[in-house]
Amino acid sequence: MTESGLDLWEVFVRARRGLSHQHVGSLHAPDAEVALRRARDLYTRRGEGVSIWVVPSGAVSASDPGEKEPYFTPARDKDYRYPTYYELPREVRGL
Amino acid sequence: MTTLAETGSEIGGGTGIGTADSGTRSRFEELIAADERVEPRDAMPEAYRATLIRQIAQHAHSEIIGMQPEGNWLTRAPSLRRKAILLAKVQDEAGHGLYLYAAAETLGVSRTEMMDALHTGRQRYSSIFNYPTLTWADVGAIGWLVDGAAIVNQIPLTRCSYGPYARAMVRVCQEESFHQRQGYESLYALAHGTESQRAMAQDAIDRWWWPSLMMFGPPDTASTHSSKSSAWKIKRHSNDELRQRFVDLCVPQAEVLGLSLPDPDLRLNEATGHYEYGEIDWSEFKAVLDGDGPCNRQRMERRVAAHSEGQWVRDAAAAYQAKRAGAQR
Repeated sequence: MTESGLDLWEVFVRARRGLSHQHVGSLHAPDAEVALRRARDLYTRRGEGVSIWVVPSGAVSASDPGEKEPYFTPARDKDYRYPTYYELPREVRGL
Repeated sequence: MTTLAETGSEIGGGTGIGTADSGTRSRFEELIAADERVEPRDAMPEAYRATLIRQIAQHAHSEIIGMQPEGNWLTRAPSLRRKAILLAKVQDEAGHGLYLYAAAETLGVSRTEMMDALHTGRQRYSSIFNYPTLTWADVGAIGWLVDGAAIVNQIPLTRCSYGPYARAMVRVCQEESFHQRQGYESLYALAHGTESQRAMAQDAIDRWWWPSLMMFGPPDTASTHSSKSSAWKIKRHSNDELRQRFVDLCVPQAEVLGLSLPDPDLRLNEATGHYEYGEIDWSEFKAVLDGDGPCNRQRMERRVAAHSEGQWVRDAAAAYQAKRAGAQR
């Protein structure tokens, strides 16, 4: 709830078929139906999407930004997970 | 307005997804004709849904079963570097299985149903994983040949007509690239090592080459699923086209390795620019598919055992979820 008394909703728009829904922003609305209509009016005025999801902001669980290092670093220093880590003979093609 | 829970979503499963009547069938056909993606909430013919469930589930099962032959060498990798690489690769295979199970769930099938179908033999996994990994060089050969064949198969699937499957394939293909390169690098090291290392690499290639060619499925003249899948743009190229593409990639790569491919009939056709290859032993393919490969029973026993040994984890998670739900009420 906010000072206006309306719930906050997170808005996800699918730009076109074949792409996943992407988070584009948020808005206030009293219920899902109105949130969808407002999302259409607010975020797709220029044909930005073909499908919208609205999700109550409170339903989103997020990782802690302060924990960024311990949370994500272990993956980054495993450089052997990247194809460029491997040195192949220059003449080999298609790998 | 509908909620995702009512219609089946990309996030979870769901029931009651619309099946196609005559009106929606034409809408579906319009989408396919326009080369648009079909998304989970679109109505679709039941046969399209069933075909996708079969294919995506089989693909997911292959990733999960595929952890076994390579997992066999985790504790015996020749160096810490190779061990870390192999661990990361096997971990990726688990991840790929999860992307794919989630994609299949958008079609209204549950994870439990799919696991059950695998464990009772109603759904299959790629027959390649019924071959044993006898030496360390097999890990390299799997990376180069088996993952190489998988990449050739999967790249066109990034453009398949079903959105969630295509998107899962984009992630898988990006990650798969390291799998193939690490295998090739490992084989290259063996091929330039001692005489026995070189012989071990050659032996691995000799055993994995033909089964890798079989990964593309039966020849076009005998494939039972191809024509419908092509019409629905699930499948963009025929089995034989993809197999040819793979052979054309591999022959020069084998030359750089300094190792040979076990096919006396392999030769470049100057006119077509493609490599011609010898007759594939389809009776072996059929036998392995029917359960008579070297490791079919072992793979299934291990899978079923892992599943039943994990029952207490699933029970604990469900009990915890019920407790949390109770606390919130």
